[in-house]
Amino acid sequence: MPLLHLVPIFLPPESPVLARLATRLGRIFASTVAVRTPRFDPETAFDGSRGQYHSTRLLAQLLDEPITNEGRILGVVPMDLFIPILTYVFGEAQLDGRAAVVSLFRLDNAHYGLPKNDDLLLDRLVKEATHELGHTYGLVHCGDTSCVMHSSTYVEDIDVKSEKFCSACLPAVRLPRTGRA
Amino acid sequence: MTQPQASILIVDDELSVRDSLMHWFRKDGFRVATAASATLALQALEQGPFDIILLDIKMPGMDGMELQSRIHATNPGIVVIMMTAFASVDTAVRALKQGAFDYVTKPIDPDELSHLVARALKERRLEEENSHLRETIDELSAADFVVGDSPAMHRVMELIRQVAQTNATVMIRGESGTGKELVARTIHANSQRKYFPIVPINCGALPDSLLESELFGHERGAFTGAQFRRKGRFEMADGGTLFLDEIGSITPKMQVDLLRVLETGEVMRLGGSRPVSVDFRVICATNEDLEKMVADGRFRQDLYYRINVFSITLPSLRERRQDIPPLAKHFMGKLAMQMDKRVSDISPEALQKIMAYDWPGNVRELANAIERAMVVSKGDLIRPGDLPVSLPEAPAASVPPGDSLANMEKAHIAIILNRTRWNITQSADILQIDRATLYNKIKKYGLQRAEGADADANGTKP
Repeated sequence: MPLLHLVPIFLPPESPVLARLATRLGRIFASTVAVRTPRFDPETAFDGSRGQYHSTRLLAQLLDEPITNEGRILGVVPMDLFIPILTYVFGEAQLDGRAAVVSLFRLDNAHYGLPKNDDLLLDRLVKEATHELGHTYGLVHCGDTSCVMHSSTYVEDIDVKSEKFCSACLPAVRLPRTGRA
Repeated sequence: MTQPQASILIVDDELSVRDSLMHWFRKDGFRVATAASATLALQALEQGPFDIILLDIKMPGMDGMELQSRIHATNPGIVVIMMTAFASVDTAVRALKQGAFDYVTKPIDPDELSHLVARALKERRLEEENSHLRETIDELSAADFVVGDSPAMHRVMELIRQVAQTNATVMIRGESGTGKELVARTIHANSQRKYFPIVPINCGALPDSLLESELFGHERGAFTGAQFRRKGRFEMADGGTLFLDEIGSITPKMQVDLLRVLETGEVMRLGGSRPVSVDFRVICATNEDLEKMVADGRFRQDLYYRINVFSITLPSLRERRQDIPPLAKHFMGKLAMQMDKRVSDISPEALQKIMAYDWPGNVRELANAIERAMVVSKGDLIRPGDLPVSLPEAPAASVPPGDSLANMEKAHIAIILNRTRWNITQSADILQIDRATLYNKIKKYGLQRAEGADADANGTKP
């Protein structure tokens, strides 16, 4: 069974949201999910001028973590992420690769001045994590609005789609393949 | 599963910007290329077309503004989006005035970028569609081969009507210049596939190796220089019609490959591992004797049977000589508009000359001859001297064979008038009609005295 490594970044490994995420992702990807603490210093990804964390740098650090070839590694971070050209990103992944990172920051209702909703936050996190991991299986954005690989640039977009892969995207994550470093 | 594979070129001197945009758009299913400078961007544009260019305004060397104007001069259809780290109304206005599609300030909101690129792509597709429709309209209105009223062309039009609505493979035969491609386009335009493209390919114009890549497409890295995945003509024709011109010139290997596609309805790109299903109608054209080629073993019999389902043979211009005058008039009308010249008629002598010629190059040759005559013509009439010198002089006393009675009468009266140097009494005597009738006929047919006719010592200008 392929192994999915969950790496909490600035999050305690025993965080309840992480345990619930691990259960849901294990079902979706038919994988064994293991939580591991990072061996790198995520502070180096911080950009003082923007007050955000550079997701590509975190991705590079995750790739340095030793994992087996067929495995995937997903960083989960509560901080806001960015790539240089964009104001923010929900997450980032290596297309057809091994690593992905996802942020809780903009998935949380509290960020938009709304009452906290932990169930909704988890649903959004599961969808974004699944979406980013889908990219590591070589999937690009899907035109099917209910497919988890449909592009989301607003948090409301995430709520519209499901956590499932459409029939066209599903074979890519179900077929055994080796991730490229 | 993915958006149609559009292409984006990202031009920015900052590596982090190029990389992050490249990864972002690849996940959207785009084909992405990057360039670190304006010079490299121009090189990238030479290698392949792009739908959208994201262009940084401030770059060392040639800046984004200068590059944008160069792109617009050479590739006017490409949608350019300007990017800058320093927002300024002046720069934005200048960029838009120069033809940029839009202008964004870095860093860009992801939602804004997604919508902007979606809008840009829509604009690009509309522009492409418009240009395709304009070409189609031009081509259809220029269906020159149908001009004329000969029984041979009536038969051809009837065959086109019969076959257009079906899905049958059509074989169009006929000499060079008879309008085989126009017939193919007319069939397509009147078929249920008319909203999909007709993709023409001239099998005789491409070497075997190129033809293979052209027809089947290739995956990235399939051969040296194949930097990007490319759809072949078979895939491009999906839903529409594939027009294979000069089918008799394809090599034995391509005959096998073509037969396989026609039988399975699937194509495999060069270097590809999965077949792609395609659905298109095939129309072939040839001026070769395929039956003889089959008998000689130069053309596969099984392929011959598959493509020779419904055959249309176009008559040569010699076989529909009566269509020459209306065709000549048709080309004159069309060219007069294009050239903005007031050449409105053709002299009886010139008409006589083109009627007597055999036109081995058929309608295409006639069109070229008329165009040449229009260019050199000084008055409002095409005269024999305006026609290409390769046309033989018509025998003075001949009448156009196979023409309508009216045209024969017109040509004959012109010959007699020229022979008598427009002596009306003498001409009327020869024609055995009275002078008033002759005047009426001159007026009816618009006959005019050729310049210098009366100065000709023999009085027998052809």
